Amino acid sequence: MKEINIIVFALLFYNSVVAQDKFLTKEGYVSFFSHSLVEDIKADNNQVLSIIDTVTGKIAIQMLMRSFMFKKALMQEHFNENYVESYKYPKATFSGELLNFSGLSAANNETEIVGTLTVHGEVKEISTKVQVEKGADGITLKGNFNVDVADFKIKIPAIVSNNIAKTIKVTFELHHKPYK
Amino acid sequence: MKNYFLLSTFILLMPIFVLGQDLEAILEEESVDTTMVVAGTFNGTRLLNGHSVETRKKGILEFLISHRFGRINSGFDQLFGLDNSNIRFGFEYALNDNLTFALGRSSFEKTFDGYAKYRLLHQLDGEKPFPFSLTFLGSATEKTIKDYLPENKPTFSERLTYTGQALIARKINQNLSLQFMPTFIHFNTVPEAIDPHDMVALGFGTRIKISKRVSINGEYYYNLNPFESMDFKNSIAFGVDIETGGHIFQLILGNSVSMIEKGFITETTGNFFKGDIHFGFNISRAFQIKKTK
Repeated sequence: MKEINIIVFALLFYNSVVAQDKFLTKEGYVSFFSHSLVEDIKADNNQVLSIIDTVTGKIAIQMLMRSFMFKKALMQEHFNENYVESYKYPKATFSGELLNFSGLSAANNETEIVGTLTVHGEVKEISTKVQVEKGADGITLKGNFNVDVADFKIKIPAIVSNNIAKTIKVTFELHHKPYK
Repeated sequence: MKNYFLLSTFILLMPIFVLGQDLEAILEEESVDTTMVVAGTFNGTRLLNGHSVETRKKGILEFLISHRFGRINSGFDQLFGLDNSNIRFGFEYALNDNLTFALGRSSFEKTFDGYAKYRLLHQLDGEKPFPFSLTFLGSATEKTIKDYLPENKPTFSERLTYTGQALIARKINQNLSLQFMPTFIHFNTVPEAIDPHDMVALGFGTRIKISKRVSINGEYYYNLNPFESMDFKNSIAFGVDIETGGHIFQLILGNSVSMIEKGFITETTGNFFKGDIHFGFNISRAFQIKKTK
């Protein structure tokens, strides 16, 4: 019976070590901002899921398009119904890697994040600078980047083309906690 | 001993399988299946003549201008009805996402109308789906045209008519929505003694989207006990909705002149299939008076 005890103990220990390799958030923040001469449009999503594997530096992010909140309710409806077609493409996802992840420290906390962004069913390679804060209780990623609306085949009708920017600024802030 | 060894080897390998599990799969597992409101059953608050189940979101003031011209079969002399125009102006304010108050005035019989519209149930999908939306409409109208002899001047209450309506709708898919509208109308005054004071009508409506911003709508009201003194016809209308941001344009062909429930459901006399068709339009402009956050 002793062997079993040892095995069980070893397994518990082993598993707890393994679990520390991943960091997750379900309440990440992503916003986008469109500036035009006519109006500024901003939408926030506070229900972004993101997970980091600290061994490989790999990262996966996903969010529901319908969780983006606008100041104007009608805009939010049009965003989902007419522009990103949330009923057909409910999620935006990112899958990629934080370069030189293990080499990052408090002094050297900036790196590149590279990977593929999928929005409206269209896949696009992106790379952008990201700030990584590694703490005892979590990992925080912060940054922003620009995307072109046309890259994701989101059609903007001529009548509102002055209201919506061709390039959208995306800002993210993700506070990951250890994943058990 | 051999069994323990096998078992422990297997269990020891387990975490490695877990490690190998990709991050996307973990996110899928972690993502909660939320319940979402099905939005956009109809483009606007009007299907054609009558209401749709939609209400405006909190803080939106909607200005509606509606026109119904004369009968198309009135010939060139009347420019196919365009010489004759009936108009309704309406201001509609959404106190919250589910409750709208409105005031309107129609040139036809110089009628004022006020209504309250409350959305009780939303169609939901996701974790806990719900199959349909339900909205209630209560409206009162006052006819102010002086079509009486001076000695027969009606009192305020004699000029009033009330409408109660349940709007039940389901968005079947992105392109097809259906609506059912049981309606009750009470007249304080009726044209002739044989006419009923209370009427019940059943309405049916649909929206078929032909592109992201354009749809074809149809609406039909079947009146179960119409006025006896009138050559009454059930109200039928077809139209095209064009949506451009904050505006909605609705082009309408129908056999009714009136743009309020009490009018088109009970007082329509045009025979649609004999060409008694009125061209018309609704233009809606929504202003966000209060921000949602």
